[in-house]
Amino acid sequence: MTTFTFEVLVTLKEGLSDPQGKAVESALPSLGWTNVRHVRVGKHIKLDVEADDEAGALDQVRGMAVRLLSNPVIEDYQVLEVAPR
Amino acid sequence: MTSTVPRVGVVTFPGSLDDRDARRAVDQMGGEAVALWHADRDLRGVDAVVLPGGFSYGDYLRCGAIARFAPVMEQVVSFAERGGPLLGICNGFQVLCEAGLLPGAMIRNHSLRFICRDVWLRVETAQSCITGGLTPGETIEIPIKHGEGQWIATPEQLVDVERDGLVVFRYASRTGIVDDDHNPNGATNNVAGIRNAAGNVVGLMPHPEHAVDPDVGPTGGQPLFSSLLHAALAGAAG
Repeated sequence: MTTFTFEVLVTLKEGLSDPQGKAVESALPSLGWTNVRHVRVGKHIKLDVEADDEAGALDQVRGMAVRLLSNPVIEDYQVLEVAPR
Repeated sequence: MTSTVPRVGVVTFPGSLDDRDARRAVDQMGGEAVALWHADRDLRGVDAVVLPGGFSYGDYLRCGAIARFAPVMEQVVSFAERGGPLLGICNGFQVLCEAGLLPGAMIRNHSLRFICRDVWLRVETAQSCITGGLTPGETIEIPIKHGEGQWIATPEQLVDVERDGLVVFRYASRTGIVDDDHNPNGATNNVAGIRNAAGNVVGLMPHPEHAVDPDVGPTGGQPLFSSLLHAALAGAAG
């Protein structure tokens, strides 16, 4: 068994209003950044998986992303593998 | 001997807050409340199930996302599939959406603020386990208290929901006007509650269990609980 590290990025679907993103966007001008648009806030989930091979591990993480880590009704996800150190 | 007092199970998840009020409302409206535990796999033969409000499992990840996989949920889902009356209130509504029993999902209120106040709801259909005793078009007053209550759906889901008449309640004025001025959280089409196609599964963000006792506020929750008890008895008889 080998340990594989993944990062899962979960974001609200494009087109859905993102109240958190809006709040951040409206706070930035007060710090001087008046040139920022389209702020979106998402989630970053990092995890280690023990598996025989990389393909099998990736398959499992995709399963986790669909069943628990994201809600397909409102969110998109992206699975990134982190290069071993 | 058949009991004529419907037994309504109220599930307690870690982080549920309104389970006691829900049980109290059931008892007050003439039913018998049965406490159910999230780790149990047994519904104790109840005639209806309520998933109460609160912050199940801390609402970590997403509201309702983890409660959906609680051991008791397997029995709750099969109970609903057999046609049993199932009501999800607030966090319970979020759990039902996460479990795929109802369409759509909840995101943060448009204002980003937690809202706690009484609102008016317009009844959209009597074809549900909690509106059997109501007439479409009438309005009821019930409190809301949530930070993530903005109901949204995919464009395809929204078409189905409106075409099939799955909206049970919309946020409205006292006289039944549905518009942006009477939409507390930005919910799509002012949706406050929806049902499944059969009508035995209903979820709503407002809290009928906090609106049954005239001593402490509005009583708009009374007809919802009496309808639920009626549906529970009908199911038990069938």
